[in-house]
Amino acid sequence: MYGKGLKPLSIATVALLAAGLSLVFFYAPLDADQGFVQKIFYLHVPLAITALVGFIVGGLFAIAHLRSGNSKWDAYSYVSIHISVIFGVAVLLTGAIWAKASWGHWWVWDEPTLVSFLIVFLLYCTYYPFRYAIEDRERQARYASVFAVTAGAFVPLNFMAVRMAQSLVHPRVFATTNGGLPGSMMFTFLVCLAAMACLWLTLVKFELSAKSASGQVKRLRRALDAPSRRPTSRIAPEVS
Amino acid sequence: MLSLLLAEAPALPLDEAGKYVAGAYVVFVVLLVVYVAIMASKLARIERDLREVAAIAEERKAEQEEQEEVSA
Repeated sequence: MYGKGLKPLSIATVALLAAGLSLVFFYAPLDADQGFVQKIFYLHVPLAITALVGFIVGGLFAIAHLRSGNSKWDAYSYVSIHISVIFGVAVLLTGAIWAKASWGHWWVWDEPTLVSFLIVFLLYCTYYPFRYAIEDRERQARYASVFAVTAGAFVPLNFMAVRMAQSLVHPRVFATTNGGLPGSMMFTFLVCLAAMACLWLTLVKFELSAKSASGQVKRLRRALDAPSRRPTSRIAPEVS
Repeated sequence: MLSLLLAEAPALPLDEAGKYVAGAYVVFVVLLVVYVAIMASKLARIERDLREVAAIAEERKAEQEEQEEVSA
């Protein structure tokens, strides 16, 4: 059920990633200020936007879980957050490389965009031990949903706070006046953003399919009264 | 400090910038490959479990047939 549409989605993701990379290196012009290093922008920013939106989506699934009590939504929420955390690791690593190339430092503590993303990332890193600390599956799912809703609401608030801080170092490239992205760069950026969004969706569906297959095997084992000798995960929700 | 950083950090020449850009894209690809490898090991475990369950089911069926033959 979860694997439905995974094949065309995977093909679309590969095609968009290939198109995005081609546009980045063969179409988008060199940035007048940063030069070739600015090419990291087309990877770093779409990853960051997708990760942050993924966290919010995880919160929305958590709301659906709290409203309906259906464990399917908890699984969706868990997987959305899980993939977004992986994207978050990529954001922090590519961001550090870009910072080193542009500013000569791997990390700058007085840059609000960097620090706020780190705070959001660390907040979501606590999601796993939080789930692990609760043994009862139902309570675990309920508390994790409350966490996902609260943290999901924190993401846009955090984003707005950073925008209001108006940093000089992290350029606001989507401004409509003075320094906004030119058309070719914006087009390349949008293709890369679509590629990252598709990649996120593909990985979420892939993860859900694997969890579903694992859940079906567990159901079969229970039906046959043949418990597994291997330990099972206490954090990941069971998907049937 | 930030304005000082900007003043002292002009655009890098292509030969120097190239390694940073390559580094960023390689990090992304490596993360993706690691994720796919982890998923592959998970799928291999599911496959192993399925084979085990299938073997148990076949064993049970054979036992049941044997019992039916004996009772007949």
